[in-house]
Amino acid sequence: MREVAVLGVGMTKFGPTDLSIKELFAQAALEAIRESNLTSRDVQALFVGNVLGDFAEGQMNLAGFLADEIGLPPRIPATRVEGACATASIAFREAFMWVASGFYDIVLVGGVEKVSSMGTPLATRAFAMATDSHYEEFCGLTFPGVFAMLTHLYANKYGISLPTLKEQMARVAVKNHHNGAMNPLAQFQAEISMEKVLNSFMVCDPLQLYDCCPFSDGAAAVVLASREIAQARVAKPVKVLGVGQGSAGALSRQKDFTVMQSRVASARQAYKMAGIEARDIDLCELHDCFTIAEIVASECLGFFEFGQGSAAVEKGSTRIGGKIPINPSGGLKSKGHPIGATGCAQVYEIVKQLRGECGKRQVDGAKIGMTDTLGGDAGTVVNLILGV
Amino acid sequence: MYKLTHAQYFTALKENRLEGLKCCECEAITVPPKATCQECGSPSLEVTTLSGEGAIRTFTVIRVAPEGLEAPYIVVLAELKEGPWLMGNLEGIEPSAATMDLIGRPVKLGHRVVTGMRYTAGEGVVPLFSLAD
Ligand SMILES: [Zn+2]
Repeated sequence: MREVAVLGVGMTKFGPTDLSIKELFAQAALEAIRESNLTSRDVQALFVGNVLGDFAEGQMNLAGFLADEIGLPPRIPATRVEGACATASIAFREAFMWVASGFYDIVLVGGVEKVSSMGTPLATRAFAMATDSHYEEFCGLTFPGVFAMLTHLYANKYGISLPTLKEQMARVAVKNHHNGAMNPLAQFQAEISMEKVLNSFMVCDPLQLYDCCPFSDGAAAVVLASREIAQARVAKPVKVLGVGQGSAGALSRQKDFTVMQSRVASARQAYKMAGIEARDIDLCELHDCFTIAEIVASECLGFFEFGQGSAAVEKGSTRIGGKIPINPSGGLKSKGHPIGATGCAQVYEIVKQLRGECGKRQVDGAKIGMTDTLGGDAGTVVNLILGV
Repeated sequence: MYKLTHAQYFTALKENRLEGLKCCECEAITVPPKATCQECGSPSLEVTTLSGEGAIRTFTVIRVAPEGLEAPYIVVLAELKEGPWLMGNLEGIEPSAATMDLIGRPVKLGHRVVTGMRYTAGEGVVPLFSLAD
């Protein structure tokens, strides 16, 4: 296996837009290609993530249309992958392996989502399709519902009173909005207060509106190539040090999902491949689809002991400048969560941070960054470790 | 090869009978049914009827429902006497009365038939728990 590096990245502003799936994707993809000092004709394969195009635009068989949109010739294979919210990270890992194997030298990977035109009832229904179709969907399970149940499980298991845990969770929202306020591509670029979080309407007991990430439109893209090509083309290539991916079935089969086994396994693969441990990570973009999700992820990735993640937020350990800065981009919570694009958007932030290009939200001296993307109710989890 | 399909499981559930699978290798119970043991992965399984009794491990009140369903309603994960966890709805208490005290409460099994949701392959049958204490 040979070494692989990121040459360039691109990302649209996240949030509701009139642009189509093709237009959003092209904007991010062409930026990534341009930043790599390449043209579309240099790309040898495309892996692209999208989850809901079938429902949002009535668009299946998306990959070929996206390849055509950005000027890839007919000889270029284009492949769509889907793994709920982990979609773009799966695409990244696929692209990585094709380059690492030597089969391709330069691969474009991206993700795109467009949901703002769907309306909340259909969007909620379509998102819920990432739960088990026979044994969870008919119960009326939604994604806020998954993480609401996780919150109750966590409070009970670790003996933390629900009001205390809710306050610690609200601090996640406040921190991520603080970070997002410094990110010009974030959907919400505004600070929020503890009061605002704790007084917002109840979506799914005990999760309130500001415990939840928004529905978002957006796209992100990354160009991967062999290390030799990367060094010849760009000043600051970012190396792919480790990748991991895990799988799981319905929540009832996972039982106590405060410890997500698919995530623990995925992170272990990525650390092992990179030859490092959790304490070597300088910053992490992880899957804060809900405030409790950030806390549980921070434990599964090994940044904190199980049951200690919520107290760590209170101590400020996850702020920029803290022990392990988490979601300096604003995370899914504030930056937004176009589900098919999120994994590549996390890579976008890590790459910009490792290059030292993040301005006010820069994590000083960052050398190794990690991403964590969770698909469905932990059915698919991907972790990526990048370094300079 | 299937000892218990989802359709057979749903049919039994409509009579408030909870059918599961017992592993011939590790003796663990798998429910809802699937092709392999949910604990060890063995395909060697036999059908067994479960008690339908257990205790609530976690819950939520869904207040924003997907298209095709009406909020509010309660979703629970119960740990069955025989070991596996099972997702279902909870009846007999008001959503406003659903608090952390529910965790650990014993439940017994009923069922609910779900129709009218788009993008499904026919109707669904859901465990509908009620408090047993
Ligand atoms: Zn077994």
